[in-house]
Amino acid sequence: MKTKRIKLPHGIPGYNLGEIEREVPSTEPPALAVNDKLKVIGKRIKRTDALAKVNGSAVFTADVHLPGMLYGRMLRSDIPHARIKSIDVSAAREYPGVFAVHIFDRRYEGANPKKNSSDSEFPDVIYAGQPIAGVAAVNPDVAQEAVSLIKVEYEPMDFVVTMDEARKPGAPLVYQTDVDQEASDGGEEIEEGLKSKGNVRGPSTKSFYGGPRGDLEKGFAEADVIVERTYRTQVQTHCPLETHGVVVDYNHGNVTIYASTQSTKNTRNEFARTFDLPKSRVRVISEFIGGGFGAKHTLGSFGVMAGYLSKKSGRPVKIMLDRKEDHISAGNRPNSLQIIKVGAKKDGTLTALKQLSYGTAGIGLGAGVGNIAQAMYACPNFKTEQYDVFTNTGPGAAFRAPGNVQGAFALEQLIDELAERLDMDPLKLRDKIDRSVIRKVEREHGTKILNWQKPKKPGSDPGPVKKGIGVAQAHWPRFVNLDSSVEVRVMRDGAVEVRSAVQDIGTGTKTTLAQVVAEELGLRAEDVTVLIGDTLFPIGPSSGGSVVTGSITPPARNAAYKIKTKLTDIAAEELNTDANNILLENGYFMLTDEPSKKISFKELAAKMRVEQITATASRSDDYGGFMLGTIGFEELGSVQFAEVSVDTETGFVKVDKVLAVHSCGRPINIAQIESQINGGVIMGIAYALYEDRVMDKNTGHQMNANLDQYKMPFSFEIPDIQIELIEEYGAISSTDATGIGEPANIATAAAVANAVYNAIGVRITEIPITPARILAALNKEKKVNNE
Amino acid sequence: MKNKKSKTEKTGNISRRGFLKGAGIAAAGTVIVGSGILISKPHSHEKDEKFVPGTISINMKVNGKIREMNIEPRTTLADALRSELHLTGTKVGCNRGACSACTVWIDGIPTLSCMTLAVEVGDREVTTIEGLAKDDRLHPVQEAFIEHDATQCGFCTPGMIMTAAHLLARNPSPTEDDVKKATSGNFCRCGTHPKVFAATLDAAHKA
Repeated sequence: MKTKRIKLPHGIPGYNLGEIEREVPSTEPPALAVNDKLKVIGKRIKRTDALAKVNGSAVFTADVHLPGMLYGRMLRSDIPHARIKSIDVSAAREYPGVFAVHIFDRRYEGANPKKNSSDSEFPDVIYAGQPIAGVAAVNPDVAQEAVSLIKVEYEPMDFVVTMDEARKPGAPLVYQTDVDQEASDGGEEIEEGLKSKGNVRGPSTKSFYGGPRGDLEKGFAEADVIVERTYRTQVQTHCPLETHGVVVDYNHGNVTIYASTQSTKNTRNEFARTFDLPKSRVRVISEFIGGGFGAKHTLGSFGVMAGYLSKKSGRPVKIMLDRKEDHISAGNRPNSLQIIKVGAKKDGTLTALKQLSYGTAGIGLGAGVGNIAQAMYACPNFKTEQYDVFTNTGPGAAFRAPGNVQGAFALEQLIDELAERLDMDPLKLRDKIDRSVIRKVEREHGTKILNWQKPKKPGSDPGPVKKGIGVAQAHWPRFVNLDSSVEVRVMRDGAVEVRSAVQDIGTGTKTTLAQVVAEELGLRAEDVTVLIGDTLFPIGPSSGGSVVTGSITPPARNAAYKIKTKLTDIAAEELNTDANNILLENGYFMLTDEPSKKISFKELAAKMRVEQITATASRSDDYGGFMLGTIGFEELGSVQFAEVSVDTETGFVKVDKVLAVHSCGRPINIAQIESQINGGVIMGIAYALYEDRVMDKNTGHQMNANLDQYKMPFSFEIPDIQIELIEEYGAISSTDATGIGEPANIATAAAVANAVYNAIGVRITEIPITPARILAALNKEKKVNNE
Repeated sequence: MKNKKSKTEKTGNISRRGFLKGAGIAAAGTVIVGSGILISKPHSHEKDEKFVPGTISINMKVNGKIREMNIEPRTTLADALRSELHLTGTKVGCNRGACSACTVWIDGIPTLSCMTLAVEVGDREVTTIEGLAKDDRLHPVQEAFIEHDATQCGFCTPGMIMTAAHLLARNPSPTEDDVKKATSGNFCRCGTHPKVFAATLDAAHKA
């Protein structure tokens, strides 16, 4: 490969900004200046699709209506564990208004194998809510009525829905054999080939960056202080406001699918594989997606069902899950039980860190929490043992920084406690043990903004309502997906179009692409039309793991650069000069040395030999290579501070303020980044204080599969959120941008928990931190003090 | 734990609105229901796609126009707007009045359209997000939502805007607490609230 050497901005403005020379492919565009010198990138550009969102014209999958379309509903088992002896769908099939009925011959969710018992033609039911059969009818009500006519003869089996019960010897087995599962694009960790003992699979001793290191025993022997704690986190469900759903038009094998998905690519590929079709015969369209948060990476069992129903009926079939189905079957963040032990020298230097964790992703895998403990702090001796525990509950799914949110809750409280034991400021301790430059800068910013002092003595406020402050940090790897391609087109009227299969789940990908292309072509963002979320266009990454911006903006810029090169050649001819002497700025091609000699972008486009010129580019490797696989160097680090008030009489916790100090490489759209950070913080507060999937041990059903009893944050739960965004140039790609979705959500719960401790002087090691837990902890403390 | 369920199960639930089906108002002829609306004769029970059990024809004033539609008595206002009139700007997030995504105005009052039967509307006027802009001029709240980046995925946005716009109609200079009170039933999973508050307060100066 031909290469060239270019100098790129490197470092943090106002701190250590400089330049670094990198060897890059010769086809790469020149280095992009820092944001201060740019016109469109790094600005608060309005979302290109905002108008459609505010006037009701945005068409989500839930809104798709095709001629002749039918509505599908699924029969879900209300028994958590059973063998199916027979299924009678005759009454459903004959019900007026019904066009097709389909029975699943295997599961399409959870771990492999997808069929448990050998003597039944149907897969065993392994959780309450597992889809068994489906009906397509003229409207959803008729479909639901027909579903209620399906008769299933079950042979119920013992079941277990809580992790603690499932771990006990002799607990009912969810799977009879060792199982495996492919990880999604959401960033959850699943180690292949591990054995199960009972319902417990593992241990996995690996995380993204490898396995254990050093010698734990030696490390603990060297320690002056050792702190060990057990932490518990709950199951959290994703609850995207638009539930999961698809419209499948099978059309004799020329399939069109409208999907509320985080991955047009995966939806297409899974459908093609399931129905044995070439990928070229399956088109997936996702123009607007009503949130995903990690749960919408796959086709889903409903997608498969809609496919069969459409194939059988010869009509398009729409299946939108209802809210209950979304809770019980469409994904969740696994819970965790973490026993974590740290050893340190008197000066704070960590000598050993040991983590043992259990988590249940229901009938699925991916409950590991080890990454953040492994990666965030310098500790020569480290080991993690992570176990997946199967329960008869709905399958987990990647959920906004999978593993790291649970892991941070434990690790960051432990570090806080260690600081107290060492009589150190928690920020000073982190200065000692955290090698990350970006987090150091973030801590400095936070310290300055809050006029941070060493936290007061925990629980020392007079009166019943006590205030507290806490801090916690986040780590997330810089994942890159090289399967990221973009096409840029210019038409003779000067119109510019960007095309990619990548989807915008609300993060603002459309606008980000418009900005990057506009910057390169000397235009305004509104001059660029972005058509994405369609597999007819070049392949794009899944929206997960904070990978999109870092993966898709470089090829967007590179494709625009190719177009610019072609147009510059035409401009040079028109202006009688050399291509090197042409500048493209503010909608004009002009002579570098004589700017008054110019031709507008539009006029120039009219001179193109053909109606349309087009260029496509794919993501190049990171400049300077990858640290590991497709994980970049450095990280997405952040530091969040929380201020809380705790009413020690009612146990009520109120978050008063959160200061979120973040970095995401080169920021592309400040407003959209802020919005995502707001969202991550609010979701983190909800995780810390409210959300909790409650399972009934006796029936195996979720008790709060709705949006009223599943406690969510509403307007009065929203604190004052202050955001500090640090620009950081890593010289890793032609845009040097990265994502923000996951890091925004990692540190919040731990920061809130540390603030609660600072307020009341008692550690709450289990979330959600409900009033009942606060009061119980205070009472226990009182009892201990009295004795 | 033992499962005590009987071996043969008839599964599935009857919709909570199922009670209205078969309640008799879909019988042939014209019926006047409580809200004063005239229900004309039902459509014939043809097989195939025209088959919808017990449909009735009603007129409803939506966004300034009288619209005729064929619905079942159990059809919610949200479903009628979305499926019959293809006004899909009104969203359904929970279908039980817990998220306010389905908020529309009935005679100017914010109402949960998923908890309202279409036949209940009667001769009152429904305004949806599609009807908020006047003569192609966006409502100031819509403008402010664009300006302040008060949308992320956009699914809660129509309900949020209908709520916020109503607040400004009855209180032209609200405090942030007023905005929080007004939007306290509107669920947003993306966590766009801070910008919704800012946008609404900003729109108040321009409304």
